[in-house]
Amino acid sequence: MEWLTKFPEMDRNGLREFKKNVDDTFTSFSRNYGEGIENFFDPLLSFLVAFEKIFLNTPWPITIFAILFICWLASRSILIIAGTFLSFLLIGYFGMWEDTMSTLAIILVATLLCIFIGIPIGIAMARSNKVQTLILPILDVMQTIPSFVYLIPVVMLLGIGKVPGLIAVCIYAIPPIVRLTNLGIRLVDKDVLEAAESFGANYWQKLFGVQIPLALPTIFAGVNQTIMMALAMVVIASMIGVQGLGLPVLRAISNQYLALGLMNGLAIVILAIIFDRVTQRIGKRMQKYKSD
Amino acid sequence: MNNFIKIKNLYKIFGDKTTDALNLVKNGTSKEELLEKTNCVLGLNNINLDIPKGKIHVIMGLSGSGKSTLIRHLNRLIEPTFGEITIDGVNVLELNNKELLEYRQKNMSMVFQKFALFPHKTILENISYGLKVQNISEEICQEKSQFWLKRVGLEGYDNYFPNQLSGGMQQRVGLARALATDAEILLMDEAFSALDPLIRAEMQDVLIDLQLELKKTIVFITHDLDEALKIGERISILRDGYVVQDDNPQKIILYPSDNYVSDFIKDINRSRVIKAKSIMTKSVSIKKERVPVIDSEMVLEEVLQEINKTKKYYVLVKDKKDKIIGRITLNELLTGIQRPRKEIEKYA
Repeated sequence: MEWLTKFPEMDRNGLREFKKNVDDTFTSFSRNYGEGIENFFDPLLSFLVAFEKIFLNTPWPITIFAILFICWLASRSILIIAGTFLSFLLIGYFGMWEDTMSTLAIILVATLLCIFIGIPIGIAMARSNKVQTLILPILDVMQTIPSFVYLIPVVMLLGIGKVPGLIAVCIYAIPPIVRLTNLGIRLVDKDVLEAAESFGANYWQKLFGVQIPLALPTIFAGVNQTIMMALAMVVIASMIGVQGLGLPVLRAISNQYLALGLMNGLAIVILAIIFDRVTQRIGKRMQKYKSD
Repeated sequence: MNNFIKIKNLYKIFGDKTTDALNLVKNGTSKEELLEKTNCVLGLNNINLDIPKGKIHVIMGLSGSGKSTLIRHLNRLIEPTFGEITIDGVNVLELNNKELLEYRQKNMSMVFQKFALFPHKTILENISYGLKVQNISEEICQEKSQFWLKRVGLEGYDNYFPNQLSGGMQQRVGLARALATDAEILLMDEAFSALDPLIRAEMQDVLIDLQLELKKTIVFITHDLDEALKIGERISILRDGYVVQDDNPQKIILYPSDNYVSDFIKDINRSRVIKAKSIMTKSVSIKKERVPVIDSEMVLEEVLQEINKTKKYYVLVKDKKDKIIGRITLNELLTGIQRPRKEIEKYA
């Protein structure tokens, strides 16, 4: 009756063999192709570095002014501008300016990357049910798998540094924009689409003239979520060598520095709130045609 | 020119095993039986229709009778299971993808029941959509859409968004959008059904007015008999996907082909719809007597008033050229107003 109380599991040696095989295969794969893959990501690295340099080398008053200007263009809200201005002054005053700029740089690059990869995938999913059934489980995995688990292969392949950090952030942050692009396009009124078709619009005319414009508010909700998730990854990404606000938080955790952790943590929160309010405003302004 | 749009043996079956289902339908399986046997839904069942050029042809039926399905076959928004559609000599079903797009752009446009305007585009952008799709220059788009905006009576609304307009105004935009491409054929899918009665009547007048001038070939779908009688020069009545009667409006009222059609027409005010020419006794050798002479297009209600004025209890009927072409007695008039016998017994 032993088989009832104890699960009939694989024997120890077999299991060890199995794990060892997987590890060895991946190690040899990363030994053989690691460099090639690293080279492949080189342009991304230089892009990220350039971006970071711009943020770090620009005199702070100009940076603040530029940020406020962009916030104004996007939100047209005095309240948001005032809040943003105050927040950045505080961040700077408490000595977190450089870390904040690094974090901003990686978040922006990650978001841009997610948009450029995620929106086309979302469109492909909306176009075909087959693609949707294929990609949905992948998104599920990306969203639920503990981030540390996919950090292992990423680090084995690319080592520690900015690019693996960026990839880790993107894996975590890309699902919302893919999902919401797909959803937004699928929710476009069938009647309106039929009208476009009846006038002889081709696939691209329907996509860019009707579907994407009408899905834009939903797509933007996806962008908003993607930015939020990217910010949430900042601390974890700092474990594999990404500069920024995550690093002091990590140090604070291991050394029990309450003030350091709290300050940097709050700086991340402030960034999140600013990003969220500004992008939500953009989303709302895109739906202007819906009001009165 | 009489058979501008020709539909021959058109079948549409929704479902998976359509070839099997088609054979069953051709052998006389009914809609219900088909659904039970093959899980397929019969949309259109052996439609044969000739639609003349430059006329308003109404296709009428209750919901589920296949009328919206039928009209979508004309521009192939729905592909048929079997059959033939030729429009002005072109076999529409043989067009390839590119030709089909061009055909939709140039030859037919559509007006929808729920307007289906583009909510994110302004009124002017909506009207010019059909032209923009054809990559016509901005200048011409502007000019044409401005013209049609004015023509449907919405001058000054250029930069409004659709949801800032009332239903009737939105459908004017829908109409202008369809007319802007100068397409020969106008497909109207219950275009006025979503409007309230007063606005609906107003839009019908707008359409009739435009048609006097434009002479388009209009295929108009409706479930409203009054509307069909008002604007239709010919009416096809659809039931469960097949045509039960295809006739001019007067004949449909006077000689309904079966109970389904009689059911349809039972509530209409016959004296206001039937015209003198439909019930008169044709006779050219009538001497001009001192009785009222009425126009052949006059409806019976007015004929009754004219007849009442005379002691002879009949009137003469003249055509457009003032030529006497017939006579209506009081008896004939009463028979015309009275519902057909069979029908009265049925509802007694």
